[in-house]
Amino acid sequence: MASDKKSLAVAALENGTVIDHIPADQLFKCVKILDLEGLDKQLTIGNNLRSDKLGAKGIIKIADVTIPEPVINRIALVAPNAVINLIRNYEVVDKRPVKLPDMVVGIVRCANPKCITNNEPMKTRFDVIDAERREIRCHYCGVTVTGAKADII
Amino acid sequence: MNPHSLVSIDDLSKDKIMQLLDRAKFFEEHPNHRFLAGKVVGTLFFEPSTRTRLSFETAVNRLGGRIIGFSDPSATSTSKGESLKDTIKMVSNYVDLIIMRHYLEGAARYATEVTDVPVINAGDGANQHPSQTMLDLYSIYKTQGKLTDLTITLVGDLKYGRTVHSLIMAMKYFNPTFRFVACNELRMPKEYLDFCDSQGIKYTEHTDFSAEVIDSSDIIYMTRVQRERFTDLMEYERVKDLYTLHNAMLDNSRDNLRILHPLPRVNEINVDVDDNPKAYYFEQARNGLFMRQSLICEALQIDPQSDFAE
Ligand SMILES: [Zn+2]
Repeated sequence: MASDKKSLAVAALENGTVIDHIPADQLFKCVKILDLEGLDKQLTIGNNLRSDKLGAKGIIKIADVTIPEPVINRIALVAPNAVINLIRNYEVVDKRPVKLPDMVVGIVRCANPKCITNNEPMKTRFDVIDAERREIRCHYCGVTVTGAKADII
Repeated sequence: MNPHSLVSIDDLSKDKIMQLLDRAKFFEEHPNHRFLAGKVVGTLFFEPSTRTRLSFETAVNRLGGRIIGFSDPSATSTSKGESLKDTIKMVSNYVDLIIMRHYLEGAARYATEVTDVPVINAGDGANQHPSQTMLDLYSIYKTQGKLTDLTITLVGDLKYGRTVHSLIMAMKYFNPTFRFVACNELRMPKEYLDFCDSQGIKYTEHTDFSAEVIDSSDIIYMTRVQRERFTDLMEYERVKDLYTLHNAMLDNSRDNLRILHPLPRVNEINVDVDDNPKAYYFEQARNGLFMRQSLICEALQIDPQSDFAE
């Protein structure tokens, strides 16, 4: 727990969610995927923090909100090793890795300009065909893309 | 969403494919029966395709159904910016079945999600064209008497050729051996080679359209090599005639060999092949009619064979 305390101490959180171990170059994609911009709660975003595992990492701290797990899991597409920490009274009460869902809806833009999803007011939908490699396939046109290269809407 | 829509060849199980082939054979023997009496079919061609539209509309007419629709989207409100969803919802009020062709990939899949009327995909961009694949299967089945254990040679544009990709997917149930004959620039994409590997499908790749390849084939499936597919026009000039079939090349071919082509052809099959009994591309197009009658009945859950027996 020593390393947790060190990294989480940037702005100690009484209650809320801390998402840790986000690759530095994917942090702002995660912010976008979680749609944090409109949130009126206290939000701390740190980037390029030192990490033994990742070299440089990003971290997101959200006070007083428990974001549902299926929502947080969406970031597994770009941050497969991210860890969700649930904080109660300054203590980490739960800690789990993110997990890629079977389907990715409404967050990735299809790379195919001739895809119906790029020409019709509708939600995109991708089926996860290889969770390990984070490979997803457009449910409509069949074009595939891997996680880190995904164009986030 | 209607469960009897047909969007992609992947939607069909082996049993369903065999049932549809059997039914196409029934329609070949009984082409004119009014199984669609009182039904209205919408043929929505957001992209013109005279050949496919005539085949589908003939199928509906021979089954005694009626047709509404359009063959040129410039005459519709789509050209005024109406969404696909709105067009499909509007037409769904009037028809029992939608047959649609669209220039955008995934359009047919999306259409199935916004209506309860069954939808048959008559081609969505470079994506899927399942009635073409099914008529190809029917042509192979009819000429060879079976679908299993055949050696099938695919020639020409294997990179962009939608029909050859779908044929590979559909043949996965039937233990085929494929020969892929193409120039380097138009060779079979890796994802389809990977698919063959994952399914245990045997294949070899060739840049030469050689006698050895021709003489060991049961089916040769020719496709068009289009100039606009090449990034290097020198390469096009170099290869454009290497993948043309001439009658003399068939001298030592197997008796059961048949030549298929999705049509229209340009010059990849010389006209001197046309009179060879192994040329099958015109009959292949005719088979499309019977297969489309079969697919239309499936989408509407009409069982013509049992209805006919009664
Ligand atoms: Zn797409």
